[in-house]
Amino acid sequence: MIIIGSGEAGGCAAVALREAGWAGPITLFGEERHGPYERPPLSKELLTDTEPPRTRTSAEAKRFAELGVILRPNTRVAEISPERKLIRLQSGGSVPYENLLLATGARARLLKVPGSEYALTLRSFEDAWALRHLLGAGGHAIIVGGGFIGLELAASAVKLGGRVTLLESRERLLARAVPSALAERIRLEHARRGVLFHFGTALSRIERRAVILDNGERISGDVVVCGVGAEPETALARKAGLRIDNGIVTDDRLRTSDPSIYACGDCAASIHPQFSDKPMRFESWQVAREQGALAGRNMAGADERQSIVPWFWSEQYDLHLQIAGLPDLGETMVERILTDETQLQFHLDHGGRLVGAAALGKLSDLARDMRVAQMLIARNATPDPAALAATGRRLKTLLAA
Amino acid sequence: MEERWIDACALDDIEEEDVIGFEHGGQAYALYRTLDDRYFCTDGLCTHEKVHLCDGLVMDTIIECPKHNGRFDFTSGKAKGAPACIDLKTYETEIRDGRVFIKAD
Repeated sequence: MIIIGSGEAGGCAAVALREAGWAGPITLFGEERHGPYERPPLSKELLTDTEPPRTRTSAEAKRFAELGVILRPNTRVAEISPERKLIRLQSGGSVPYENLLLATGARARLLKVPGSEYALTLRSFEDAWALRHLLGAGGHAIIVGGGFIGLELAASAVKLGGRVTLLESRERLLARAVPSALAERIRLEHARRGVLFHFGTALSRIERRAVILDNGERISGDVVVCGVGAEPETALARKAGLRIDNGIVTDDRLRTSDPSIYACGDCAASIHPQFSDKPMRFESWQVAREQGALAGRNMAGADERQSIVPWFWSEQYDLHLQIAGLPDLGETMVERILTDETQLQFHLDHGGRLVGAAALGKLSDLARDMRVAQMLIARNATPDPAALAATGRRLKTLLAA
Repeated sequence: MEERWIDACALDDIEEEDVIGFEHGGQAYALYRTLDDRYFCTDGLCTHEKVHLCDGLVMDTIIECPKHNGRFDFTSGKAKGAPACIDLKTYETEIRDGRVFIKAD
């Protein structure tokens, strides 16, 4: 069994393969010099902690030796030959496989404007290491993109004593994933901390220490960072003739158009029967982990359908955000006011089914209810809206219903 | 030996199938009550990122860390799901006169 990609998804897949009973060889090929490590801290503590940063090895990678998983870092796979069921390495040589998993992840998207190569991006430990030296006290960071990466970087830069100007092409923050009322609260918190926002802006050029807007305005700073989304790494799959549509397309078992090749995590556009009959791509640490594990089990013969409820979190200053399911699919919203500073939104579809939940505030106030919400979504529950709003009633009691 | 037993809380301070936090001597503990009214105690912080477990969800005898959903069986302290891979330290509990006592180090 071969896994290409040594990120969160690849690591989870390797462990799951072994735990599902596969006794033969498992080899994980990664282009990075590290094995699987935790990426969520890259935009947060890793930038702001005073001690020199280190990669945090993922829990799965710590078990590779014990489970006999072979890790091949610094290794680029040049080509897959689906007919002969082998991969060719850039360094020469080929390795045969029985089943192959593509966990190639995503790369930071670049803006299609002159000078975009001057902007830094954040995907890897090395990227974070570079940013750490540039976001420091007294500096002025120009951040392009009001998504999670841009906002978490803004919060980290402010925490380090720097100034931030943030440019967003749309009219609001986090337009892709976060309900507008919560996004507005996040904007206010950043503004209160001194972050300057420009909405509805388009860039015409990027320089090493400045951006030029399409109206000719020039904004100068010390570093330009781009957080405008990620693009799935599909080159190997495309070359191998697999079906691609905003990611490597898989069925609900994470199997690609070639029955011996699977895909999972950021690079995969998979069928999620609960939410849509079209392939969906999720960019989340938890989905990468759960899809990795599912792909591993299925490669070992489990034939299990995807039933993951997407979940992710963000932290900016003292604000903690969690989203479960797909709030966008909802038609009505029920609010549960947890405390003065913590609110939770439930999103129900036209049939009253809970499809998403979003909470913003203090982690300690929202974590339990969000976890329950995630379980209710997994069950296709149609909870009574009055019960969802009733703060005095433990949400967990709805799980028994 | 006797002085190591600490009076932590009243039996009813914890709801059924739930957890509360408790601090003593600068150390954070988590105290659990099961559906069948058994009481357990573990270290209060997740072994993954030092988050307070008392804010997490209890399902049967599993506590989930509120931050990344690392899971532990609080009756044994065993880590049950990544990202947590280090077991939680557990402490003995005893019920006396309607109160929960824990045996600290």
